[in-house]
Amino acid sequence: MNPIALPPTLPTGSEWTPQAIAEYDTAIGRIAEDYGLDCYPHLIEVISAEQMMDAYASIGMPVYYHHWSFGKHFLSTENRYKRGQMGLAYEIVINSNPCIAYLMDENTLPMQALVIAHAAYGHNSFFKGNHLFKQWTSADAIIDYLVFARNYIAQCEERHGIEAVERILDACHALLNVGVDRYKRSPKQSLEKETLRLKEREAYMQAQVNDLWRTLPSHPSAEVRREQSRFPEEPEENVLYFVEKNAPLLEPWQREVVRIVRKIGQYFHPQRQTQLMNEGWACFWHYTLLNTLYDQGGLSDGFMLEFLQSHTNVVYQPPYNSPHYSGVNPYALGFAMWRDIRRICEQPSAEDREWFPDIAGSDWRQTFDFAMRNFKDESFVAQFLSPRVMREFRFFSALDDDTRSHLQIDAIHDDQGYRTLRRQLAEQYNLGSREPNIQVWNVDLRGDRSLTLRHFAHQRQKLDAQYDTVLEHLAQLWGFGVRLEEQRPDGTINVIGEKKTDRRRNN
Amino acid sequence: MTVRIVDRRFDSKNKSSVNRSRFIRRFKGQIRKAVSDAIDQRGIRDVDNGEKIGIPGNDIAESQFAHGSGGRREIVSPGNDRFISGDQLERPPEGGQGTGSRANQSGAGLDDFVFTLTRDEFLDIFFDELALPNLIKQQLARTEQFRRVRAGYAQTGVPTNINLGRTMRGAAGRRIAIGGPYAGQLRALEQELDGLRQTLADDHPQVEQVRREIGKLRAKIDSLPFIDPFDLRYNNRVRVAQPSTQAVMFCLLDVSGSMDEGRKNIAKRFFMLLYLFLTRNYEHTEVVFIRHHTVATEVDEDDFFTSRESGGTVVSSALTLMLSIISQRYPSSLWNIYGAQASDGDNWTDDSPRCRELLASQLLPLCQYFAYIEITEGAPQNLWAEYQQLQSTHAGRFAMQHIATLADIYPVFRELFKRRA
Repeated sequence: MNPIALPPTLPTGSEWTPQAIAEYDTAIGRIAEDYGLDCYPHLIEVISAEQMMDAYASIGMPVYYHHWSFGKHFLSTENRYKRGQMGLAYEIVINSNPCIAYLMDENTLPMQALVIAHAAYGHNSFFKGNHLFKQWTSADAIIDYLVFARNYIAQCEERHGIEAVERILDACHALLNVGVDRYKRSPKQSLEKETLRLKEREAYMQAQVNDLWRTLPSHPSAEVRREQSRFPEEPEENVLYFVEKNAPLLEPWQREVVRIVRKIGQYFHPQRQTQLMNEGWACFWHYTLLNTLYDQGGLSDGFMLEFLQSHTNVVYQPPYNSPHYSGVNPYALGFAMWRDIRRICEQPSAEDREWFPDIAGSDWRQTFDFAMRNFKDESFVAQFLSPRVMREFRFFSALDDDTRSHLQIDAIHDDQGYRTLRRQLAEQYNLGSREPNIQVWNVDLRGDRSLTLRHFAHQRQKLDAQYDTVLEHLAQLWGFGVRLEEQRPDGTINVIGEKKTDRRRNN
Repeated sequence: MTVRIVDRRFDSKNKSSVNRSRFIRRFKGQIRKAVSDAIDQRGIRDVDNGEKIGIPGNDIAESQFAHGSGGRREIVSPGNDRFISGDQLERPPEGGQGTGSRANQSGAGLDDFVFTLTRDEFLDIFFDELALPNLIKQQLARTEQFRRVRAGYAQTGVPTNINLGRTMRGAAGRRIAIGGPYAGQLRALEQELDGLRQTLADDHPQVEQVRREIGKLRAKIDSLPFIDPFDLRYNNRVRVAQPSTQAVMFCLLDVSGSMDEGRKNIAKRFFMLLYLFLTRNYEHTEVVFIRHHTVATEVDEDDFFTSRESGGTVVSSALTLMLSIISQRYPSSLWNIYGAQASDGDNWTDDSPRCRELLASQLLPLCQYFAYIEITEGAPQNLWAEYQQLQSTHAGRFAMQHIATLADIYPVFRELFKRRA
């Protein structure tokens, strides 16, 4: 006796057809609805391996402007793929509304079903629900904006030459990771609005910039004030934004290009902050959805075997001393954490009640919803990583201090170590400490107009030597001298890099 | 509601080809260097295929601000199998399997960036900015080859060339044009007949009259031929003078005792480059191999490069043989003639002025270009001095360069065939 009507048995075999994919999608969608997953409508696109490599090169985006670096990525992907050094991802999913999921045509039917559950329902619901995506990205407008960006940049190339545009793009790409707002909400993008306001903005920005350099008659008190006032008054973390608004010599179209790169970079920022959560969430849901479907009799045993094999490959965590080790696998840890949260809700142990009094024994769907909506990797780990998962992963923490000759094991998966481990692992997911903290510190308004960046060294960590090239790119945009200072924890400041340029004089 | 599935597999391929060509354009300098390195390392015969190219990762790295090594960091790793808190352990060697994410933080390893160029991309870069001197030659003055090209339609021709479409179109047009007035009259009479039959008896003379008229008209229309010789159209082809685009290259190699394997190898590579370059410029390229010590012989490719003889050197023997082969097989009106001579320059002293004389008076007027490379590590030999005089008198046609090592080949080649303003 089964109260639930059995779904019609789904197609079997390994060859897929559009019909079969549609049937699987319907079945999976029905289960997702039973679990209350809130998704954007989605669109499935079947692509070939070569197109998958294309998509790789342009960070998965269906439309993108042209740049040599994408060609470079394509060549390296192609080369590694052809030599068999890497497989391609089974899917790419795009945070847009409707959500676009790419399936590769080489996948078998069970793989396609896995991908649909993973991308079209798992990732999709995460994109729709997580606060970072809601706050920072406009799923409705992104495709439009990318179309606008590509057309605009193509126009610039026609008007000003490919080299000129490439120089600007190179410089912007170099500054991309210091070109995002971490705390402020960026305004929504839309194709129409962008186009309409384009001209207006160009004129306005140019006027602003000129105002900055207005020559004032000097008077005695200026000397005094010079010591005190800085521009900007508060350090600015978004270097690209600062350049776009304040670089004195940029042409309007160059400002717009800077803006485009910045906007697109900003769009990807939440993905970098939520990789662990997002992948774990999607893995949890493909696992749960397909298992439920199997329990209801919709899937064959052969399907499940193939599915489970792929699934275990994806969520495998090699130990630190394995030749395959390359850091903590976000799929593995994410999947384990979400499974663990469900377990804490449904079958809490005494330890769980002590560590998670709020959620132990609560309704797991509500807890999931809360966790998915309101966290990012850093806070998710800090909040939900349980001792049990730490034991399962056999986490340990090593302190690497360049003033000491040996590494020291700080904490392992035992009672004394859980909290330290959790804090340190959360810190490992903190973009703020993973990337150097560099801010626009000052512009010498009355002198040589040079721009000063300041690097706030975290735990004495130095910058990689490539900063020199980045400074060159920045000087290219700024048009005048650029300086990079390092502020040590003890407060000492020294200049570590300087580029002197004066484009005005060169002209 | 079923999901929408879009099949994109057959959409335009090579979406990335723009980005790919931008990449190649951007790093042309490095890629060209890699290409010329590749030439040194591999058999030149393989050059014609695509080439796997590596360029230094540093040159194309996309720099960003990132943490370097050093400082203090805590690294959490999975899979503890032996540690307890407070353990001290040796730092793992750099680049080895370290604890934690150090490898990620210090930036990706900067190995060579390796990718594969297609054959065309490879040769484009390889021969970029090179041009064959004197390519035009007598092409305009005398053309002995013709090519047939389509040139519309003609009213005469052979049956195999009949263009059915055009012919039938013409026939239909003619039938309409000539039969049109009859058809109009026919319609008018038939209407009249219908009108008469309302009022008059079927055998009334007036009706009979109209019927006869209709019969006559029908006969006229039927007598229009369905197809007429006038309608026939033939595909027309005309002969277009075809400039001579065949080239013959003479490879002259000194195999006297003083040319050792190393030098011959250099010469061989140089000749292969030249061959590749010519095949890109001419539809049809033939190569004649002449080797000489005191006497010259024409040999096939294998013999040319492998066998070794010893003895003295009489360079003029090779030039004389080249001259006679040209007059027998490659009339200069039909062929673009290129000569490339490789020698260590060690010639019989009496012979060198003769070589210069032969070249100046007889060979150079026939040739598009004659290049001489002297493969020697030391000072130039006597042939070099003689040939130097030619350089001033036959500036556009004669060039000479000196090669000391393998690495010089490509630069020298570029120098010889540099596009001149």
